[in-house]
Amino acid sequence: MKAFLMHKDQDFDLERELPPNEQALTQDLALPILFEAMALDDQFLLEMARKAVLSSLSDPDSILYRQNILKDCLKNPSIVRDIYNLVVESIENRQKQWWATRYPSTIMFSAVEALKMFVDQLRKLRTFADQHADKFDSEGFAKFFTMLVAELDDEYFTRIEEYLRELKLPRGVLMSAELGKGNKAVNFVLHKARDEKQSWLGRIFGRQSPVYSYRISPRDEIGARVMSDLRDRGLNLVANVVAQSTDHILSFFQMLRTELAFYVGCLNLHEQLIQKGAPACFPVPAGPTERKRSFYGLYDVCLALSVTQKVVGNDMNADQNDLVIITGANQGGKSTFLRSIGQAQLMMQAGMFVPAESFSTGVCNGIFTHFRREEDATMKSGKLAEELSRMNDIADNIRQNSILLFNEAFASTYERDGSEIARQITMALVEKGIRVFFVTHLYEFAHGLFDSKMRNAIFLRAERRPDGTRTFRLIDGEPLPTSYGEDLYQRILPDVSAMPT
Amino acid sequence: MSFPSILFARPEVFINDQQLGEADFFADLNLDQIIAAVTAGRDEYNLKPFFYFPLNSTDEIEYRHEVMQDLESATLFEQVKSFTQKMRTMREHLVQADALGHKYQEKAWYLDAGEIYCDAVNCFADYLAYEALKSRGFLAFRKYLANYVQSDGFTLLLAETKKIKADLAAAKYCVFLTGDGFKVRKYESESDYSTDVEETFKKFKQGAVKDYRIEFPWWPQMNHIEVKILDFVARLYPETFSNLDSYRANNGNFVDEAISAFDREIQFYIAFLDHMAPLKRAGLKFCYPRVANDSKEVYDYDGYDLALAHKLIGEGSSIVCNDFHLRDGERVIVVTGPNQGGKTTFTRTFAQLHYLAVIGCPVPGKEARLFLFDKLFTHFGREEDVKNQRGKLEDDLFRINGILGQATSNSIIVMNEIFTSTTLQDAMFLSKKVMEKITEFDSLCVWVTFIDELAFFGEQTVSMVSTVVPENPAQRTFKIVRRPAEGRSYAISIAEQFRLTYESLKERIQS
Repeated sequence: MKAFLMHKDQDFDLERELPPNEQALTQDLALPILFEAMALDDQFLLEMARKAVLSSLSDPDSILYRQNILKDCLKNPSIVRDIYNLVVESIENRQKQWWATRYPSTIMFSAVEALKMFVDQLRKLRTFADQHADKFDSEGFAKFFTMLVAELDDEYFTRIEEYLRELKLPRGVLMSAELGKGNKAVNFVLHKARDEKQSWLGRIFGRQSPVYSYRISPRDEIGARVMSDLRDRGLNLVANVVAQSTDHILSFFQMLRTELAFYVGCLNLHEQLIQKGAPACFPVPAGPTERKRSFYGLYDVCLALSVTQKVVGNDMNADQNDLVIITGANQGGKSTFLRSIGQAQLMMQAGMFVPAESFSTGVCNGIFTHFRREEDATMKSGKLAEELSRMNDIADNIRQNSILLFNEAFASTYERDGSEIARQITMALVEKGIRVFFVTHLYEFAHGLFDSKMRNAIFLRAERRPDGTRTFRLIDGEPLPTSYGEDLYQRILPDVSAMPT
Repeated sequence: MSFPSILFARPEVFINDQQLGEADFFADLNLDQIIAAVTAGRDEYNLKPFFYFPLNSTDEIEYRHEVMQDLESATLFEQVKSFTQKMRTMREHLVQADALGHKYQEKAWYLDAGEIYCDAVNCFADYLAYEALKSRGFLAFRKYLANYVQSDGFTLLLAETKKIKADLAAAKYCVFLTGDGFKVRKYESESDYSTDVEETFKKFKQGAVKDYRIEFPWWPQMNHIEVKILDFVARLYPETFSNLDSYRANNGNFVDEAISAFDREIQFYIAFLDHMAPLKRAGLKFCYPRVANDSKEVYDYDGYDLALAHKLIGEGSSIVCNDFHLRDGERVIVVTGPNQGGKTTFTRTFAQLHYLAVIGCPVPGKEARLFLFDKLFTHFGREEDVKNQRGKLEDDLFRINGILGQATSNSIIVMNEIFTSTTLQDAMFLSKKVMEKITEFDSLCVWVTFIDELAFFGEQTVSMVSTVVPENPAQRTFKIVRRPAEGRSYAISIAEQFRLTYESLKERIQS
């Protein structure tokens, strides 16, 4: 029994490995803020949000499959939340009831109790399907509800009830065994003891095969203990199967929880964006080889979630461009822009809505970030070596049709060396079909590329009004030799800079 | 037909186990550690005497190389291991059989010992028959074993064992627990309850789940209820149990002597190969050295101290390998250079390699040629001993005198920082005297010293130096080389190091 809400034909694998650069990605794109908005303090939702956002889907169809399910959820938020809560409650109930023991007879008792509880919860789940299936349009939910109705029919429930009665072994314990090592008994198997009493008599009088019996003396305490041990050995296999059956049902509920949690997280996020009046739209994913990139009003969702005022969005129409060089004023929104590109790409490839008025781009093979880091505290390597070492890791994993976001990389050496390193790396990446976004203050690097008039490159500059104020928007523009650091200097240390030199 | 030995081409060369012990140089060379580690967990085979016994002919060494090389086939190695493991299990069963009180129990254990033995011998003979063997040792053993499994004694033992085992396996029975006792009867194909339950709930299954079966403690003895049940079962299957009863009397002492000897002696190889395995996995090399007694050209490439390697690889770190090569008239390696740079280790390696070579083992390194020496002498100074300087110097001289008195031109001498407890001038004088003697003998020698002059002693001496990282003299490379290396690095060359230039990057990135 499968839910298939995250993928058309497979479970969401919680154990699946995240991309090797997930840590850098999370840190550089400020993703913890996004995850927390989705989780609202729920550990499981948090884990699920993280896993789903970081393990991208790779083709437009599977993205649309999730988008449709998510649209259903946005239409029926309370039903989806109710189902999710029922699932969570079932899992928690079982955790409360279960206890560890070393006696098969106790395992069996405990397992039968758990089975009873589960059967009640399954009935409720089935009722949801009966009552609400018609309110959902997506392929995913349709299959899900149909599965519930088909698998959990009344006849099935009747059969389970019967087992629950029989498993109390009202007629005694009959088991078979074989001769094992040193002729000790092994391979105990429990058999149905339905009419055992009669047939024993029948055998004693009617058949050749003899029956030997033994009575334990009431004073033989060791004997009594051995007998109860024997009973446990006989029940071992059946107790195991019954306990495993409750595990199967538990795993079914856990699977449901996994398949639903991501959508509950999306509901949480959506509600917060609506409250803030921040737009969200379902993106239009294109195939990986289509060099499409256009959006309107794209903003940094993590910034929006953490500030009260409205954040500025950017527009772009950069189809056919493989290289975006971003230069310009300090504190002009360059990093924010870079983050919003990465976030939207990840969210789109998780099947989510994205923080924009409209958004369309091709799916990519992987998103990589190379942002500035704090100085290495262990003093093991110089700053440049540290940056190159991170680039080295990226080079090991990056492939064609990946996206790489550089934020002020290779700045910790002489401008000339840094520019040369940046140029060589960038050219190699672009020629290998990797889409590069490069925020840089390396004038020689940026302007050199500008002069070379690459047809597939676009140059953006953080906007600065002549009076020094920032609009936090990016405009098309040639790289300038200054990033207006002096503005900052004047703002932060006005008295000093006002002094005559 | 008899089988000689898997360890000796001519078994008569091996002298009595009892006489053998560690040679004087074992502790200096850490050979005691190596042999302890190699033989660990194999006390029952008493392997150490074999490791204490240097071979004195190239043919005997070759005989072991052949066997060892055959054993480098992973399948043969696994088969031999499986065979010896079964033999060990078989012996445990014989011991257990005699420790039990109940007759049907004791006899069941004895029967199992017989079964395990038959299986061990049969499987191994079957396997060897088709294995591409090259060594004289294995070829002879294969022949012996092939004859043995055809013998009347063995075929009868096998047939009787099989029949009784099969009959016992078929003796299935039922126990019905009543309130105050139990009943026992033959099993009558009742259906298994657990399958039905399993079927009903299978649909919820998402993956593997926990196994709730309890491991019941097991011991060979039986309690009175178990005995009662077994007696009932014996009455249900009387013929089977009477056959079991007479099995031990019919088949006393069934283990063949030659097979038993092989089982012990082959452990020499297994132990060493097992010891090599983790080091090989860590990328270290072993090779079969050419061992000669007619030429003193010796070399080893990528060699290392086996004791140190065992320790470091066990800790998850790595070890630095070193080379040496003495050509033509070169006889003495003089090792100088900074402290803790691996000089002593290098010296040990040189001597360990030679010792391992003469007991017929592979040696650390990718290619080696070594000398079949007559005696090996070591003199390791103990620098911590500052209390009694005069005594120490005397002791040094006394010991060196002893060495020089016994050494021949076919000996190997290893000197590690001797004459440290005197002035440099004295030490230089004494060292030169000793060096004169050694070169006169024409013995092979490795000599660690702080006296650089010794390195330029003459044509027979070769100078090797422990090296440091050029930019950071505090950092050791543990490389011992004939001449020091150099290196340097600049800003943009860091990018080259990371293979992040335009060309390398384009090469690296997958499409």
